[in-house]
Amino acid sequence: MPSEATRLSIVLVEPNKDRAIQIIDSLQDAGSYDIHVIAENTGLARAVVAHNPDVVLVDLANPSRDVIEELSLASGPMDRPVAMFVDTSDDTMTKAAIEAGVSAYVVDGLRADRIKPIMDAAITRFNMFKRMRTELETTKKALEERKIIDRAKGVLMKARGIDEEAAYQLLRRTAMDQNKKVVDVASALVTAAGLLS
Amino acid sequence: MRITKLNVGYMPLVDAAPYIIAQEMGFAAAEGLELDLIRAPSWSGLRDMLAFGRVDAAHMLSAVPVAMAMGVGGIPGRIIAPAVTSVNGNVIGVSQPLYARMQEQGTNLDFADAASIGHGLMRAAGETLRIGVPFPFSMHAELLYYWLSSLGYAAPQGIAIKTVPPPLMADALAADEIDAFCVGEPWGSIAVERGYGSLILPVSAIWSFAPEKVLAVREEWANSEMELLSRLTRALWQAGRWLADPGNLLAASEALAQKQYLQTPSEVIERALSGRLIVDQSGTSRQVQNFLEFHAGAANFPWRSQGSWIAQQLAARLGLDRKQAMTAGRSVFRSDLYRTAMQRTGADLPGASEKVEGGIDARQPAASEGGTLYLEPNLFFDRIVFDPGPHS
Repeated sequence: MPSEATRLSIVLVEPNKDRAIQIIDSLQDAGSYDIHVIAENTGLARAVVAHNPDVVLVDLANPSRDVIEELSLASGPMDRPVAMFVDTSDDTMTKAAIEAGVSAYVVDGLRADRIKPIMDAAITRFNMFKRMRTELETTKKALEERKIIDRAKGVLMKARGIDEEAAYQLLRRTAMDQNKKVVDVASALVTAAGLLS
Repeated sequence: MRITKLNVGYMPLVDAAPYIIAQEMGFAAAEGLELDLIRAPSWSGLRDMLAFGRVDAAHMLSAVPVAMAMGVGGIPGRIIAPAVTSVNGNVIGVSQPLYARMQEQGTNLDFADAASIGHGLMRAAGETLRIGVPFPFSMHAELLYYWLSSLGYAAPQGIAIKTVPPPLMADALAADEIDAFCVGEPWGSIAVERGYGSLILPVSAIWSFAPEKVLAVREEWANSEMELLSRLTRALWQAGRWLADPGNLLAASEALAQKQYLQTPSEVIERALSGRLIVDQSGTSRQVQNFLEFHAGAANFPWRSQGSWIAQQLAARLGLDRKQAMTAGRSVFRSDLYRTAMQRTGADLPGASEKVEGGIDARQPAASEGGTLYLEPNLFFDRIVFDPGPHS
């Protein structure tokens, strides 16, 4: 069991360099830790064991999570018992971690109050990543939809000899009549036009 | 009927078919359900999503709820298996150099004889053999241990069975981290397609009726949402029956191939669904009986004895009390909940909830409520019969 005086060592499994740097910054703000980043999936088990960490942080979305899981089992090669971090007295933190997309493996006997700042920092940072990803996806989707609608407008303008505004109104009216989204009507039109040309 | 939305987690594998088909072909809707299918990145991730309530039901490795009941599953919590959703379906493959050595040494690579292929593999491997499996608690791992120790190659001396996520098997083989693998489809066929491996044996040649994936739910959820669970169980059963019809092969392959699900060419998925696999770089094709079963032989029935078998295997290799483990194992295969769900559906149910595993050498009629039930061959390659014995 690590004594109160020793600095906790943390292994962060994160292939993305920018993300890794941001997580390290957050952790350093929360306390004083020895942090090692492992970016490679090959040889992961060996690399983790070599560092003999107190805490392993891994993105829930990383398929290599199962490799860490194996290390945490009694039959695994790690000589210290490690468990997926589950605070049984208060599982809101575990739930928050899963929501945020981070999982932590913690060496047995480490006190919950020593882990809490690490978890809090990681959860906050991962939630930020998640928000950024959602925003990026929303922007990308909006862009794609606009492209489709523009193409559908083009099809209508050419086929019916109307201007852009009239073409858009026609799409919008049709969508309303059919209780559909404008982009769905546009997409159907573009597909149909592709088939007919 | 009011439509109830259910969050269901799955791993993108061919044997997730019942869940995907239940939603895509309207079997869920017929039960008043809409399945929000959530693709999971890893088995431990999916287990956590289920245990902590992110999803209400999951496509799960049959050994995971058993390991959790035995207290070795990584996290606390009780997960039960009220239905089996697929039987068999995994394949064992080796690196190209190892395959070449097996060929040179004259191993009869008939993709069927587990004993001679096992000896051939060990002969060709030499000192050490490192085999990748997707997860430590899986039919993949249990059947490898069973197979090799039955042949006299006691693990773990010289044999290392280690976890490698299926999408990374290729890299692991290329980096010389493993020599062989045991995975579910489409990963075996993808290994062949990409030219880094050849397949030597379907796991059905080790045990011809191995419960592979189960429907997994939290026990407390099952207790409070019995009606929903029954509806989900029936939708999955209908999907399994639809999948068993060879006429639906093409439609099934195409549904699974979509990018929100497996994102794999449908012709690769079709191999697993039809049991006709391409096993090596010269394009050798093998037809495997019962390669992956979703319906036949009461495939969905969660036999108590299946839970016992998994538990006794785990107990043996982890050095735990066998009797205690078996009690824990049988307690999570909930044939009682399956019966509740399936009553009045016309599905014929077996009279017993427990059976001797490994005791059926040909398709045969079984004692059942409707008298129309047939069981498929259920044999271990070494002809050993597992009798779960009396229990309290």
